[in-house]
Order: sequence, then C-alpha cells, then structure tokens
Amino acid sequence: MAVKVDVAVVGSGPGGYVAAIRCAQLGLTVAAVEDDRPGGVCLNWGCIPTKALLRNAEVVGLFQRAEEFGIAVGEWRADYAQAIQRSRRVADRMAKGVEFLFRKNKIALHAGTGVLTGPRTVEVRGKDGAQAIEANAIILATGSEPKSLPGVTIDERQIISSNGAVKSEDKPGSLIVIGAGAVGMEFADVFAAYGTQVTVLEALPGVLPVEDDEVSAQLARLFTRRGIGVRTGVRVNAVSPGGDQVKVEVEVEGKAETLAADQVLMAVGRAARVKGVGLEALGVAVDKGFVTVSPTMETSVTGIYAVGDMTGRQLLAHKAMAEGVVAAEAIAGRGPRPVDYGNVPSCTYCRPQVASIGVSERGARVGGREIAVGRFPFTANGKAVALGETEGFLKVVADKSTGEILGVHIVGPEATEMIHEFAVGRTLEATLEEIIHTIHAHPTLSEAALEATLAALGQAIHI
Amino acid sequence: MITKVVMPKLSDAMETGKVIQWLKKEGDAVKGGDIIAEIETDKANVEIEAFGGGVLRKIVVGPGGQVPVGDLIAIIAEPSDDVSGVVAASPSRGEAPSVAARANEKPSTAAPARSLPPMETYQSVPATTKVVPMAEAPSPALVATASGRVKASPLARKIAAQSGIDLRVISGSGPAGRIVRRDVEGALSAPRPAPAVSPAPTPSPGPARPAVFVIPSRADAEFEDMALTPMRAAIARRMPLSKAPVPHFYVTSELAMDRAMELRTELNGLDGQPKISVNDLVIKACAFALLKNPGVNASLVAAAGGAGDQPPQAIRVHRRAHIGLAVALEQGLITPVLRDCDVKPLGRIAVEARDLAERARAGKLRAQEMSGATFTISNLGMFDVEEFSAIINPPEGAILAVGSVVEKPVVDNGQIRVGRRMKVTVSCDHRVMDGAMGARFLQDVKRLLEEPLRLLL
Repeated sequence: MAVKVDVAVVGSGPGGYVAAIRCAQLGLTVAAVEDDRPGGVCLNWGCIPTKALLRNAEVVGLFQRAEEFGIAVGEWRADYAQAIQRSRRVADRMAKGVEFLFRKNKIALHAGTGVLTGPRTVEVRGKDGAQAIEANAIILATGSEPKSLPGVTIDERQIISSNGAVKSEDKPGSLIVIGAGAVGMEFADVFAAYGTQVTVLEALPGVLPVEDDEVSAQLARLFTRRGIGVRTGVRVNAVSPGGDQVKVEVEVEGKAETLAADQVLMAVGRAARVKGVGLEALGVAVDKGFVTVSPTMETSVTGIYAVGDMTGRQLLAHKAMAEGVVAAEAIAGRGPRPVDYGNVPSCTYCRPQVASIGVSERGARVGGREIAVGRFPFTANGKAVALGETEGFLKVVADKSTGEILGVHIVGPEATEMIHEFAVGRTLEATLEEIIHTIHAHPTLSEAALEATLAALGQAIHI
Repeated sequence: MITKVVMPKLSDAMETGKVIQWLKKEGDAVKGGDIIAEIETDKANVEIEAFGGGVLRKIVVGPGGQVPVGDLIAIIAEPSDDVSGVVAASPSRGEAPSVAARANEKPSTAAPARSLPPMETYQSVPATTKVVPMAEAPSPALVATASGRVKASPLARKIAAQSGIDLRVISGSGPAGRIVRRDVEGALSAPRPAPAVSPAPTPSPGPARPAVFVIPSRADAEFEDMALTPMRAAIARRMPLSKAPVPHFYVTSELAMDRAMELRTELNGLDGQPKISVNDLVIKACAFALLKNPGVNASLVAAAGGAGDQPPQAIRVHRRAHIGLAVALEQGLITPVLRDCDVKPLGRIAVEARDLAERARAGKLRAQEMSGATFTISNLGMFDVEEFSAIINPPEGAILAVGSVVEKPVVDNGQIRVGRRMKVTVSCDHRVMDGAMGARFLQDVKRLLEEPLRLLL
C-alpha cells in the first residue's frame, strides 16, 4: 500500500527538514525520506560537529595564551579523541532536535533511500524492503558529498575527506590540506591547534578564494604566523598513498616539487548528489552536475522541486534552508519571495573568523562603478582589545553616489555574528546613512561596523 | 480634562481638510506628542500630533471625512470624563469659528444636564508633512499608493531623488507594497509610452512610386482622462480666485546683469562659501526693495473676525520680507517660504533657498514652511524664458516673474557691445497698490541688481 501525502521530501538536511516543517506549518501532510541520520551532512558531519571542534581549538588556543592573561595553568593536555567525542555528542543532540521537530510537526520519517519512480511517486528503499509514497508534490534535497581530484581515491585512511575527519579520533602528525576553501581552512585550524604540522595547498592565488582579496591575504598572513604552512598558486599533479606517508606531487610556478605528510585532507569542493535519485528517467534537467530550478525551486518537471546543495550556487546550509521555505510556500500556493542569492552571508569559522556578504571590493569595481570603501581594524576597537582578539578588520564597500552597501567583509573575532547587521541592512536596502544613524552599543565588536561605515564616508571617529 | 481635537489650519489657503486615517483608535491612550491622525490638505499630507494626554474617547470624523477647518474631529479625555455633551456642543459643520470666538467658547453652550469638566480646544500641530500631492487615481502605467504614506526603502528613496523620479507614482513590489530599488529602476528604464507601431510593411519591389504612408492601426485610446491630483485641483480652484477678483497690472523692466554676474562669479570663487545663484541675488534685491516699498509688500485683508466674502477693510503692510519661492514639481508647483530675507545675508539665503527647493521636490517640507509669504518670486530663467507674467498668490499683493539672463547687443555710450540682460515683470494687485508703486519697486530691484555690491551691505 502506498503512503499518500501532500508532499514527499527526499533528504532531511537543512534544505529538506526546513521544507518539511514549513510544509507542515502550512497545513500539508508530509513524508520525509532519509538514508542516513536526520539532519543531513550539516548537523551530523558538517557545520555542527566542526563548530564543536573549532570551539575546542579555540579553548586550546586560550590555554596556550594563558600567561598573557596572567593565568598559570601548570601542566595541561588537550586530548584530540575527546574533542571528537564532544563533537559527536553535539551532533547527536542536534540530530535528535530534528527528530523532535518532525514529531512535533507530525512529519513521518521514512528510513531508506528515496528514488523517484514517477512524477508523483517516491520509492523508499530501506532495510526492510521498498515503500512507495504518493505525493502531490515532491521536494528533492539530497545534498552533496566531498569531491576528489581526478584519479585520487578518498580511502578515509591516508586520504581523508571531511566525512572521515569528523569521525576519526586519531590525529595525524602531519597533514596536507588540499583546497583552502572554508572546509580546508577550518580543519587546518583544528588540527594545527592540536599540534599537527599542517600545510594548506590552494590552486588559486589566495586562500578562501571566494572572499575579498584583502581578507584572503590577511587570513593567509595570520595562519602563517601560527605556523600553518599556506601555499597558494599550487597545482597538485598526483597524490600517492602507500607507505608511512602520502606523497603529493605539486607544481609551483612551473617547478615540480614533492611534499609528504601522514595524511592528506581532500577539501577541493563538493559534488551534488544527483545520481541514483531517479532524475534521468523523469527527465529532470541537470546542468553541470546541479539540478536546474526556477526561482520558486521547481525543477524542469512540474511538481518536482529541488533545494539545497543539489541545486548548486552557494553550497551553504542557510541557503538550503531559505530555499526549503521557498519551495514549501510555492507548493502551498503562498507565492513566496524567491531567495536573494546576492544576499547570502558567507562564513568561515577558523580563527579569526571570516564572514562576508555581497560583492568583494574587486567585484564592486567591475564596470568602472565608483565606490567608497571604509575599513576599520579591530586593533582600534575597545572590546576587541579587552578580549585580546585584535586581529583582523571590517571593511564596507558601498556605491559612492547612493551609499548602497555593496559588500561587507570581516576577518576578526565573531565575524560570523556581526555580518547580520549588514544582511538585514541590505535586505531593507539601507544605505551607509542608516548604518551611521544607528547607535551601536559601546563597547562592542559591532562598533567596527559603524566605524568602517563612517570611514567609507570619510568620517571615522576612532581611527 | 476634555480636549477637543479640531481640524487644524495648516496653510493660509486651507479651508477644509480630509482625515486620511486615524493612527489611534477609540479607547487608545494618547499622550502629548503622539501622532494621532493623518490629514490631507490640498497641498500635503500632514501627520498631526496630540497636545494633551488622556484617552482617545471619540473619533467624530472618520477616515475619508472632509470637514472645514476648526471643526471637531475627535475628543481626548480621561476615561472618567463624560464626553456625551461635547459633540452636541461643538460648532456645526461648515462654520469655522474665529480664534477669538473659540477662546470665548463656553462649555455650557448646549447646557447639558450635568456640568462638563473643564474643556480645551486645540489645533493639533502638524508633525511632519509627508509628500505633496497624492496621485489619487491610478494611471494605467503607474499606480500611486492609496494611503498617502509612501513606503520605500532608503536606497529606493535615494535613487529616486537622484534621478528625479517621483516615488508616489511607483508601485512597490516589496513587502506590503514597499517600494524597493528594483521598482525605481524599473520605472526609470520603463519605455516612455509610445503608440504601438506594428512592424513596417515590407516594401514591394518595383518602380519607384510616391511613398504610401500607412498609418499603423493603433489599438490604444485616442485620449486619456487623468484624475486631478489634489495639488492640481487646488491650483485649478485657487488661480481663478486670484486672477478673476484681483485686478492685476504688470510692470516690466530690463536689467543690466553684467555686474551682478561678475559679482556672482567672484563670490562663487571664494573658498568654503555657499554657491550663489542668480535667483539668490534676485531674492536679496527683492527683500531690500520690499522694505523700501512697503506698499508692494502688502495684502488686502478682511476685517478681523470677518468672513472671507465681506468687503475688504484693511491693507496689511508687512514689515518683514518673507518671500515665497515657486518651485516646479512634476505635477504642479509649490511655494515654500524663505522667511526674513530682509535680514538674512546672501550666503544664508543661498543655503536656505536650495534646501527649501530640494525638500519641496522631495516632498519633505514642513507645514509652516508653506505659508506666510508676503511676496513671491517665480523664476523660469532656467527654461530659457525671456519674460512672462505670473498670477498673484493671494493674499499677497504682488509677484515677480523672472526671465533668463541673456546676452544681447546693448548700446553703451554710442557703442554697441554685448551685454547681459534680464527681464523681470512684477504683477501687482491694483486694489492694494498703483502702477507707480510697482514701478518704483522695480526701479529699486533694478538698481540693487545693477549695483550689486549693495546686496552685500
């Protein structure tokens, strides 16, 4: 007997579970399908456990600096296995939270792999056989998985992905991280804090290549100062496991070189999970590995929606959640506002944190647009000095004539929390003036937002 | 304490006002300074605030209601006060009590069974004027907001201001109709409405013949009736009230502007000084000339306490030069008032005149900035107009129409040279003044502008 619901949601990561809950809120009956644990990669293997690990790294960092605060700690030991165990507890708790929310919203969770078998049917292939779900609309949210370089197999022993890294309680003595995106930089931070000799390799000219050039340069400088090897403009030609160490053959400015480390962490990006979902048979359009969707998240097949990583653009949990809401509201006939992809914050949680929204300074200058740029270093921010976290700066890029906030780039303490002032501002189409007329509490790190905005108008007070 | 809220008089010309909406409902507590309602006059939408505190006990005139100035529109009182007698005691509609009459008003006029608590009448003060006219009727292409308050993002406001587009004619696509950037940009890039032209017929090959001009079939209506905006309606109503009863006479003079233009160039070369326009020089010249010729700076007034249709009984001679500056808007014009031009130095006049004009165009004038002029200047110089005559804005006695500064051959000591000249025409109310007075005034304006250092004294 087929289960009949209004909406079937395949995948229960941030895109899927938010879509499911929003559908339920709008009075629709929902069945969710999940082949792993509820919460998807984000809650179980990605965002959440890594934030727990980074917190550990931060605490280790504070212990290392204890003397600076006049605290003698004597002998202390940071146990990596316990850091991993803590991160698992955190992830478990969050995943249970999703199960609770499903129960609360009366969403039936079906364990197994969801495969489209018709434009209105999903077959759940689980341990105990197959179960058909008939739905008036289907939301696909199958997510993504780590990519590797051509010819390099991730064995999760010597060549690991983020999936392996969040589970393994052993830490390598030395590690080569291939790819200096958010994932690579965050793991580099964690392992380095626990004493691993880390080298980060990036093919592009800067770390965090999607971020503003100045932010990227500053972060590379700070990582290097902490003893993390940062090498950019590096082409990786081969990765050879076997023996005690993995060999990585690279090419830098035309010169070949061989590097070696106990482990290699492959952090070159993620690929959408579009295989084995049944897209091909139904003719759901896929472009460059990602499912093509309309502004209301509908695929090329009417009634089938897709959200999250599998639709490409930014592979970010919060973007997936926003898309989940749009898909649910579109299905419920609410005529949702499409996701504004130009206003999705980007956050990296290494130390110091990096956060941005909108375009980079270089991006803003494209087309000869006249811009105003304001910067404010945390060395001039009272709260940052009191915290002893003065590395970094906040930079505001605005249109010179209208004061439109084109982009904001932060590298520094709690950057990922501060970015939302500008996210809200941009949503409301605030200009520099609205920011400067907003009183910022003193002393706060957020005063840097005010000062950088003032600086863009040539009116900074504290610098 | 019972406080009567009456329709406030927000400008000299205001006779009636319309309640757009109440921002408090009956039973709401109000305190002094709370914005309680939005009122539409012929010129603007104005928010009015409460004077005294208490509870908004009764709304007498609901949204959409139009009543004469001075009429009771609401009652604020303590919850314990009996307000039942107040509505009965209030003046009947249409009768605008004079200030004196109102001051003497006895609460016991209607002799209610119980004596009423102490009562106070006030005119609510305007908080801020919002936009000037509201395009009430949606035009086919552009839809105006119905409520009058323009909801727009700061960025949309800036882009609109920079590109000179009127936010009131843009429909918003943001939350609850908020105008956002894309709406303004969309309006800016929208093609000018043009007749729909079908593709031209392909010319048939053959010998050259007289070209046949095919008028493409046009499906659109041949004309369109646009509803009057409140501003247009006010202008349409008020101009005949000036032109018909006020016997205008006109005096024109041509002024040599060479020295004034040189002075202006020199002043504008000064570091850190406000930029002076020709109009600023004209304002200053008029201010001095008005004080010297008080007969021109005069109004015909009805006797104190009298109604408007009674025979005039006095000529009010103003001892201040408050000059109205006609500012053209997309849908009409408005005359913000630059006060005390006789005592303000030129630089101050330049700064304030620019500010008033900018705010007039942005719809951000305060109510008190739109009334109280003793004289008006209308300058069409920027439109390459040589000369024109203007219609007096009652109760003022005169208005000066200013043309462009043009280069023309002038005869100077028997030699022809290129001179810069400007023509000005003063329209005068013949009931108040005579030709010679207007001419003397112009003579002084001329002397001041031709010897412009006098403007700096």
